[in-house]
Amino acid sequence: MDAHTSDAARSVLEAPDIARVLTRIAHEIVERAKGADDVVLLGIPTRGVFLARRLAARLEEITGKPGRIPVGSLDITMYRDDLRLRPARALARTEIPDDGIDGRLVVLVDDVLFSGRTIRAALDALGDIGRPRAVQLAVLVDRGHRELPIRADYVGKNLPTSLRETVKVQLTEEDGRDSVLLGLRGTTPADGK
Amino acid sequence: MKRHLISAADLSRDDAVLILDTAEELARLADRPIKKLPTLRGRTVVNLFFEDSTRTRISFEAAAKRLSADVINFSAKGSSVSKGESLKDTALTLEAMGADAVVIRHHASGAPHRLATSGWINGAVVNAGDGTHEHPTQALLDAFTIRRHLSPDGSGAGQDLAGRRITIVGDVLHSRVARSNVHLLSTLGAEVTLVAPPTLVPFGVESWPCEVSYDLDAVVGKTDAVMMLRVQRERMNAAFFPTEREYARRYGLDGDRMARMPEHAIVMHPGPMNRGMEITAEVADSDRCTAVEQVANGVSTRMAVLYLLLGGNESAVAAARTEESK
Repeated sequence: MDAHTSDAARSVLEAPDIARVLTRIAHEIVERAKGADDVVLLGIPTRGVFLARRLAARLEEITGKPGRIPVGSLDITMYRDDLRLRPARALARTEIPDDGIDGRLVVLVDDVLFSGRTIRAALDALGDIGRPRAVQLAVLVDRGHRELPIRADYVGKNLPTSLRETVKVQLTEEDGRDSVLLGLRGTTPADGK
Repeated sequence: MKRHLISAADLSRDDAVLILDTAEELARLADRPIKKLPTLRGRTVVNLFFEDSTRTRISFEAAAKRLSADVINFSAKGSSVSKGESLKDTALTLEAMGADAVVIRHHASGAPHRLATSGWINGAVVNAGDGTHEHPTQALLDAFTIRRHLSPDGSGAGQDLAGRRITIVGDVLHSRVARSNVHLLSTLGAEVTLVAPPTLVPFGVESWPCEVSYDLDAVVGKTDAVMMLRVQRERMNAAFFPTEREYARRYGLDGDRMARMPEHAIVMHPGPMNRGMEITAEVADSDRCTAVEQVANGVSTRMAVLYLLLGGNESAVAAARTEESK
């Protein structure tokens, strides 16, 4: 990662905020799903996967069913609509829980919701894997600027941004710390998020 | 690897590992109900085969179709080539049809290179075997198979083959598979030993990044993978060894020799096998022989190559480097 990111960027969420937000989302999922019996959490790599695992741990705490919330990952690279605008990218892992997603409530988990194109790709990818009962979306940050008719069911924080700004989520598992950084394009490496 | 895959020697270690890692992810597709990705929709891949081949052509065809590309199969037999059309005119025809990639197998060494550098076509060129020169996708699928079998976690993602000992046995002289494997496996850090009768060791082998031995028994005890090459009778217009029986006895892999290999070592064969010649039926049918698995891995590996060459607006491998440098 670029060295000036942390200097120029402003922190909007810190570790305790992120923890509280995930706990709230977990409660919302349980409330809406009336328990979490048929919930499958699928994180979108890279950071969505870590968020999905954290959410799964909280869901298990809330429902008192340790190890019973299936969690996996869904790589959407091959389904992107902007593949031809950039060089081909390396793939991430797609890991579908053993029992599959047919008839389950799939909650997609991602770090930042922006244009909605990632989620569009994720929905296409899901269609090739199975037929869930319903699909919902949980994101840590919704920064607006949708380019497709897509919305999140669970939002950690609504963050009004301008298109010149960048939102960067850092998680301990990947970046060594938990935070959400708001920066200006040009000072942070363009992340597209 | 810029826009073409002509030679395994063109691949850097990072390029090769990226291809293997991509293949590893794509291999998981085989467990899904829908074994297809939309990635290359609307792209055209031409299989241009001037030489007979079943498994390589089918493998490339399956790979391209699983990525949703349109596939046109072109074999020299029954085409204008048999009426005397030159490679250039064939290439211009393919260009006019809008081929995004041409997978070429040719009996002349260097034909893919000529196709890629002549300016006849704009698409990516993938070498699917040229004469006795190279067969890079076979080497990639072999490396993929070795990495999967020898890594403790069963995939070896992100890793190379550093310190692995690979023995390639048999008709090295006529083998493009051997040539590509020597380059690729040594790039990935493996120690490669060629074992062949002196008559079947190519001229200039001293400059290859490998050892040469004439004694299979001396090598077989300390190897992680043994790759048996097919004795290519169709390319042999001279007597390279006295009798087939003598060849089989000295350079063939039978049950006794296999028993002397380390317990974890695997037996590989690019196919088609001559049972009783370079490999006995006992070995070919044993659990340690990965020949069938290599075929399955071939589809994933070729998907990875096609995706990385065609999936973006430019070739992938340069992309991985720019990402690192930012």
